[in-house]
Amino acid sequence: MNRILIYTLLIMFPLMSHAELRIFACEPEWAAVADEIGHDKVTTYSATTAMQDPHYIQARPSLIAQVRQADIVICSGAQLEIGWLPMLLAKANNPSVQPGSPGHIVASSFVQRLEAPSSVDRSQGDVHPEGNPHIQTNPHNIALVAIALTERMQQLDPANAAAYADGLKKFQARWDEAISRWEQRALPLKNKKVITHHKSWPYLEQWLGLVEVANLEDVPGVPPTVSHLSDLASRYGKGGADFIIRAPFQDSKPSEWLSERGGIPMLALPLTVGGNDKSTNLFSFFDNILDQLLGVTP
Amino acid sequence: MKCLLRSGICLLLLAFSVSTFAQDSNESAADLRKAINQLRQEYESRIQALEKRVAEAEQQSANSQTSPQPVTAASSVSSGNSAFNPAMGVIFSGQAWNYQHDPEGYQIPGHPFGGEAGPVAEGLSIGETEIDISANVDDKFTAWLTTPIVIEDGDAGIELEEAWIETTALPAGFSARVGRFFSNIGYLNNKHAHAWDFIDQPLAYQAFLGGQYLDDGLQLRWLAPTDLYIELGGEVLRGDRYPAVGATHSGIGSHTLFAHMGGDVGDSNSWLAGVSYLRADSTDRISGSVNDPLLFTGNADIIIADFTWKWSPYGNWQQKNFVFQTEYLQNNEKGDYTLSGNQVLAYDDHRSGWHAQAIFQPFPQWRFGARYDILSAGNPGLIFSGTALEPLGNNPDRYSFMVDWSNSEFSRLRLQLTRDEAGLVSDTQFGLQYIYSIGAHGAHSF
Repeated sequence: MNRILIYTLLIMFPLMSHAELRIFACEPEWAAVADEIGHDKVTTYSATTAMQDPHYIQARPSLIAQVRQADIVICSGAQLEIGWLPMLLAKANNPSVQPGSPGHIVASSFVQRLEAPSSVDRSQGDVHPEGNPHIQTNPHNIALVAIALTERMQQLDPANAAAYADGLKKFQARWDEAISRWEQRALPLKNKKVITHHKSWPYLEQWLGLVEVANLEDVPGVPPTVSHLSDLASRYGKGGADFIIRAPFQDSKPSEWLSERGGIPMLALPLTVGGNDKSTNLFSFFDNILDQLLGVTP
Repeated sequence: MKCLLRSGICLLLLAFSVSTFAQDSNESAADLRKAINQLRQEYESRIQALEKRVAEAEQQSANSQTSPQPVTAASSVSSGNSAFNPAMGVIFSGQAWNYQHDPEGYQIPGHPFGGEAGPVAEGLSIGETEIDISANVDDKFTAWLTTPIVIEDGDAGIELEEAWIETTALPAGFSARVGRFFSNIGYLNNKHAHAWDFIDQPLAYQAFLGGQYLDDGLQLRWLAPTDLYIELGGEVLRGDRYPAVGATHSGIGSHTLFAHMGGDVGDSNSWLAGVSYLRADSTDRISGSVNDPLLFTGNADIIIADFTWKWSPYGNWQQKNFVFQTEYLQNNEKGDYTLSGNQVLAYDDHRSGWHAQAIFQPFPQWRFGARYDILSAGNPGLIFSGTALEPLGNNPDRYSFMVDWSNSEFSRLRLQLTRDEAGLVSDTQFGLQYIYSIGAHGAHSF
């Protein structure tokens, strides 16, 4: 009997000593930020990949099991995950990550949200009353969320507070350096006109000074219609717009059609880390966005 | 800025003192000097206060350049589904059926229906209009209410479908729910009608659970702290809704046990499987046709096994997905059936049934589905000849096909074709259905 107990403890001990902070990120960018700050002190799990539209995720059993074990749940918010995150939280039986508790972080509450509509009606499509949730395409927003996340990590894991502070400091140094490099590179992009598939890019546009002239979706969340596309072709073809942008998970056919018809270069930009082979971390994610945009800018 | 402000105020002060001087030229010089000194002190203290405010404002604007302030406290907390508190949604649904044979006297030999089971009336009907209201009660409890507005005999009335309170703060992966709720047995049982993939429930749910098992009681769930999803739980219920009737055992007439597990296979596949058990005791439970009802007193042990597989390339659900779902139900009944002529017959037998369905969404907005459902009766013995429990040899089954179109995630139109080989006469049935939702954006379970 005693021997069994000792063996059990021996097996349990390594498991218990690795009591890392478990971070459940709704989107890959927040998992990447947590890794930059926490390194080996945290275990991160991203609920979605860059190939998935975070609006439409099934409340899968695997996700419920992850939320059950999480110390921190960090999500973009602004209703991006409204179709599935409430179900995960309701089923996961984990009080420490419920809304309102320190383990629940709404990333978009730490940045200036854009496009908060003055009136909300579903005839306008899938609009977000709290503003556009796709905040990660402006690196300044990533920096703000990193600060907020670090504070929560320190609060929930005080033993490693110094390590998190150090992780944040090192990340900020590299990030600030990268931002000034990107902003220097991006100067030729100012005032370029873009057509986007969905309203996924307002924060990138604000950062780089791009001008969004139209969307392929006539109504947000409803697939592009042929009549709307031909309207766009006649209005913006032959130099009326500089790029057509879509995320990798959005249907390529509408942008291909308009690109061919209107002679406008078409790009599948990563919307987050992992959006293509080249954007493997937060830095190469923005590198790749700029590479692609500058690649088709004369 | 600071200098400008200061010199501006000094000038004002000067102008003011000059005008004061001019006005009060008849007063003595000493009084004047005193008054001017007072004024100067007053203004100097005001200038200091203003300088302080300017410095603060400058500091704040410097801060905001490096770190924009959170939008407002209000907008950062209203991120849940309760922009209105409580969250409220209305689901509008309606259907139209066309049958070759009048469904009025529909029955399946060997499987008397009870509860809400059976085909809906022919023609147009709006079915249920469902109002969902939910919110967190406080930091430890959440509440849910579903009240369908139903039309019965031409009169509209409000029903209480679900009304429960659930804990949100129990430790160690536990949660408890009290109130009226759909039991967590099986896969389809706790799905609301607007989340079904076909207009109607499979035969086994209709025959053994009266459509869906809904009752008053207490539920306890535990979720294992593992990457593999393992949910264990049980319920004790009043036992006053089909298949449990009469609230036996002093109002704890039924109980359940369930285990669900699930996970992912790569980015593209996920699965959920479960086994469940329902013990439902009854006194004078009515089933069968209105003209020739059966009364059952005894107990039913229902065992359910379910399996669901979902596939979507890279998990990008919106563009393309496929769902396979199957469930097996076995109903073991032991007790007495009382026939309409007050004849009492002892019954100890089991009936079973299963369904398998596949739904494919090849591109956004359109889904195509097929379902097969079948029942098999046991052998209750010759004494049941001529009653609704007598199986007439063949296994009753149906083939259903559906196509639906969703303009957005809040609207759906559906067409269903069912070939029914289960009833007394074979029938081909066409159904049309609409489902629209307004208000709070509901999150759907897997």
